Amino acid sequence: MIEAFIKAISATPGKPAGVSRRTDTVAKMIDTTTCIGCKACEVACQEWNNQQVTFGNFEGTYQTMPDLAHNFWNLIKFNETESEIGTPLWLMSKYQCMHCVDPGCLKACPAPGAIVQYTNGIVDFNHDACIGCGYCMTGCPFDVPKMNPATNKVHKCTLCTDRVSVGLEPACIKACPTNCLSFGTREDLIRKAEDRVSTLQSDGFRNAGIYNPPGVGGTHVVYVLAHADQPEAYGLPKDPHIPWTVALWKGPLKWIGNVLLIGGILGTFFHYVRYGPQRDE
Amino acid sequence: MQVSRRSFIKGALTGGAVTTAFGFDVRPALAQARELKIARTTETHSICPYCAVACSVIIHTLGDKAHNVTPSVVHVEGDPDSPINRGALCSKGITLRQFVVNDRRLTRPLYRAPGSHEWKTIPWDEALERMARLIKNSRDAGFEEKDAEGRVVNRLTNTAMIGGCTDTNEINYLLGKFRFGLGVVAYENQARL
Repeated sequence: MIEAFIKAISATPGKPAGVSRRTDTVAKMIDTTTCIGCKACEVACQEWNNQQVTFGNFEGTYQTMPDLAHNFWNLIKFNETESEIGTPLWLMSKYQCMHCVDPGCLKACPAPGAIVQYTNGIVDFNHDACIGCGYCMTGCPFDVPKMNPATNKVHKCTLCTDRVSVGLEPACIKACPTNCLSFGTREDLIRKAEDRVSTLQSDGFRNAGIYNPPGVGGTHVVYVLAHADQPEAYGLPKDPHIPWTVALWKGPLKWIGNVLLIGGILGTFFHYVRYGPQRDE
Repeated sequence: MQVSRRSFIKGALTGGAVTTAFGFDVRPALAQARELKIARTTETHSICPYCAVACSVIIHTLGDKAHNVTPSVVHVEGDPDSPINRGALCSKGITLRQFVVNDRRLTRPLYRAPGSHEWKTIPWDEALERMARLIKNSRDAGFEEKDAEGRVVNRLTNTAMIGGCTDTNEINYLLGKFRFGLGVVAYENQARL
């Protein structure tokens, strides 16, 4: 069991109550080369989270849905593309919350306590505190959080924090029949992913690599891609960053605003002390 | 105790000020935000009925078997102790809860009379009685003790038996026993054992 303390909390300045104990971080590893597109992880996610989604129409692909939904947190993308020698490639990739080390959703969220990052790396939404503004949807570089129009709350994968906190693996990981998904500490899984990449490279996939984008500080969902030079082919952004608008607003603009506000209050106070109240002459 | 309006307001303001000054921290509560839905369920081991792989599953049932509890299946997942599936399940097997808890599930026998196009609900006793009667009739009519050359065969060739794909291995085992008892030769279950 990996203990989870609060690491960061939305719209709350300063650090949460200090944790002096070392805690490991958890991660999912997705080896896209062994995914067979059976969608067991999709159904396991729906079952564990008691969700039922209404599917749309058939659109010429085996993919369950075109995109994630507020009640559909885990999607296998069936990406069709061509290899460099012109043969068809069918690249499966699992699409869910990436549990970024530096989460854009948490940075953008203005509701105190609505988004929480735990020391084990899980980023979770607390729907009692969510105000339904949707800023997290703007802040997310992977376009993962989705709004429920009926309740105006935003939902996404929790990395099964309820299971992980008692020492179980997430539901999707447990279901996977081909060993494509694995769960463990992040260091172990990155090592495992590196091993897998070297196997793939010796098998002739020269561009095999790990997808663990540094633009968001790394993610707690690590991919092994056979064509890591073109993550777009898997439906993954090449170099994701928190949008500059959110970064500017939550960074410099916030402090400029604070300085102006305090300056205004102090100015008013000193003006009153120096000149006194305005009187009609 | 008499509380005047004045002292009530004083008390409320003091309490508010103290809470504000010393802080009311909700963070410990946040860490416990999600409860494990299978924390105290009863675990029952079974076998997925869908295909011939026969993955082991754990069926999580509401309640601790206390006699005032009406149990209901709340969750099904793979059994990690099984050498067959080692905890994994396919997209069909993982929906087993919906197979058990389903308002479209048949719980009463339906009977369609020969030539009729209507299904009608009949009591279990009537259904079992009728099935037993018809099986016995055709067995009495077609049972062969000896073949043409006088060898003992004890076989029943006018009846065949097929097991359904959603029968568990236990059901198929019992069907096998039943078939030996009758002497049925033509026997198939979909488990491909």
